[in-house]
Amino acid sequence: MKRYLTFLWDCFRLSFVGDWRYHAWMTALTLVALGGVYAYCHQFVHGLAVSGMTDQVSWGMYIANFTYLVGLAAAAAMLVIPVYVYRNLHLHDVVIFGELLAVSVIVMCLLFVMVDLGRPDRFHHLLLRFNFPISMLTWDVIALNGYLLLNLHICGYLIYCAYCGREPSKKFYIPFVFIAIAWAISIHTVTAFLYVGLGGRPFWNSAIIAPRFLASAFAAGPAFIILTLQIVRHFTSHKVSNDALFTLRRIVQVALIINLFLLLCELFTEFYADTHHIASAQYLFLGLHGYNALVPWIWTAIAMNVAATTLFMLPLSRALKTLNIACVLAIVGIWIEKGMGLIVPAFIPSPLGEIVEYSPTLHETMICLGIWAFGLLVYTILVRVSVPVLAGQVTYAHHWSRPRQEPAAPVAAPVPENT
Amino acid sequence: MSRRGFLGKSAAAAAGLAALAAAMSPLRHLKEGDLPSVEDFLQKHYKEMTAAQKARALERIRERVRARHRVEAVVTDPPPMDGVEYVYGLNISRCIGCRKCVHACVAENNQSRAPELQYIRVLEMEKGSIDVETANHHYTPPLVPRPDKWYMPVQCHQCANPPCVKVCPVEATWQEPDGITVIDYDWCIGCRYCEAACPYWARRFNFAEPLIPGDAINPKISYLSNRPREKGVMEKCTFCLHRTRVGRLPACLEVCPTGSRKFGNVLDPNSEVHYILKHKRVFVLKADVGTLPRFFYYFDERGSRYHDPIEPGPVHATGEGA
Repeated sequence: MKRYLTFLWDCFRLSFVGDWRYHAWMTALTLVALGGVYAYCHQFVHGLAVSGMTDQVSWGMYIANFTYLVGLAAAAAMLVIPVYVYRNLHLHDVVIFGELLAVSVIVMCLLFVMVDLGRPDRFHHLLLRFNFPISMLTWDVIALNGYLLLNLHICGYLIYCAYCGREPSKKFYIPFVFIAIAWAISIHTVTAFLYVGLGGRPFWNSAIIAPRFLASAFAAGPAFIILTLQIVRHFTSHKVSNDALFTLRRIVQVALIINLFLLLCELFTEFYADTHHIASAQYLFLGLHGYNALVPWIWTAIAMNVAATTLFMLPLSRALKTLNIACVLAIVGIWIEKGMGLIVPAFIPSPLGEIVEYSPTLHETMICLGIWAFGLLVYTILVRVSVPVLAGQVTYAHHWSRPRQEPAAPVAAPVPENT
Repeated sequence: MSRRGFLGKSAAAAAGLAALAAAMSPLRHLKEGDLPSVEDFLQKHYKEMTAAQKARALERIRERVRARHRVEAVVTDPPPMDGVEYVYGLNISRCIGCRKCVHACVAENNQSRAPELQYIRVLEMEKGSIDVETANHHYTPPLVPRPDKWYMPVQCHQCANPPCVKVCPVEATWQEPDGITVIDYDWCIGCRYCEAACPYWARRFNFAEPLIPGDAINPKISYLSNRPREKGVMEKCTFCLHRTRVGRLPACLEVCPTGSRKFGNVLDPNSEVHYILKHKRVFVLKADVGTLPRFFYYFDERGSRYHDPIEPGPVHATGEGA
């Protein structure tokens, strides 16, 4: 017990140590996060009227970001599967960064759900009357929290073992790794079912949504990790081989192609049949009765996705510079596609045919940015702490009970990309 | 720790706390009663309350209405009656789109006036179409009805297979034995999943604190229907259960100048709605979504081909001759 508390204390202290770039990055993130707190307090007092949401478009940026991030969290599985299922050991040393990402992203997901609630003070009602298994939202609560716990356990156990300087016992984490793989697929499927199960929203009521979710998540997630790993490699002593990056590149290649294929299937079904059910799709892609706020967004997203897919397929992307551009294109493209492109148009036109457009307000945007900043803050701390511990530079044997005893650690801060 | 290090860290910690306090400063605008009291926090789900707890809950509603609106309210909780299942019929041959039902509903059910919130939406439809996407929601002619239009009011359809009830994560909304879907406003967490699930756009969310002038408050209120709501919760039409469960008619029906609205117990073979369902040409909106509405539309047949003498057509004649 004492050892575990010392571990936590060391982690806490480590998270404050770094060069000026680290401190600048952390201060910037903290300021943006505090901006989010400010905007949220405002929303708490005045209600969700400070957002751009209406009775017609009753879910907006919060749920859009939530949906995108669930995918990002699921992507950790894409690092784990090659290592533990296919014994592809290129990725072995970087698996933990994927899982840490999953932890911080799930925290962001839960925050996005919290800020979307009209009565956060009644959150405990979930524990008192839980409409399981009828409501898909209760499935999502279980899926997300379960995934958070699984990943916390796996990362926490591995890092703590390294801290204690002992070999992790396989039976304490390998079973959980395999459960987490299945669970990663499930969090995304369940989140898709949240929307798919609504018969009154033809735009969502389609079997293709869940597979498309997975395909786009398995493109955007590993793309995000490719960028993160390079940042970790640049700023810390942790070794990340190029082979690991290129294994991830292959995953993104396949996922992007499947994603585009599914998009094509969806567009064909909607527009060739040309039934009444396409009103939302028409609004999204072409505009409806002169309303077309989302049209530029979705075509930007499609252009980015096509460009990213092309780049990933070309041998050109074996050069890191091109690979990085392709990753950014895929991440942003899929963010728009899933946020603006999946959530908002399902509400336009309303079930009674009324067209009310949606655009996020300043407060809403500040809250979103704040949660992103907080998530990056958590991720930075997790990486900051785990790198020296895993490298054996900080252990219980020479922990920080006496200050300045630690040999000048060459461990600087990781500075994740601000996406 | 060195003196300099200590001072530096203290300054950083102080700056951090100050920044946090500044970020949380909007909370100073919280009014009394905005945060739940201990009693609010511990209040049970409607279905779990004992008789004493329910009585206390009704008493607290009365106190709150007095404190906020300076009105002495009569708070009741009428139970559903045995052997009763309510249905609502709307005669589209008669409705002229005057929207009197909309405003009677707002007054009866203590809906927020600012921001404006209404349960009934009257659609002005093009003749020759039943497609809601061609409907005009915001028609403002000096006189209704307009020629070549017909009118279709939409409100909660009190579905027998309600998607809104299915999706609620905390069981804050449910179907009563008499067929009315209700909300426990004190249990709703405001996730708006039910609003996304409803195919009739019948649910409304209190995005801001509902505002009702004191003299506009209807003091006859009930727990599950028209008591004043708070910000952050859902609300919807309840077929005016505080009236209909004690033998009165819904406010929207009572005000209708054309008699387009019919309400009653479908299980009673002598009721008007029973007669209409049996004899009239009846349809429900969006039958394809499978929600089995208890709200239906019908039309009169006078002058239709069923009443005019029908000449045997040539096809028949040929058939008989052959």
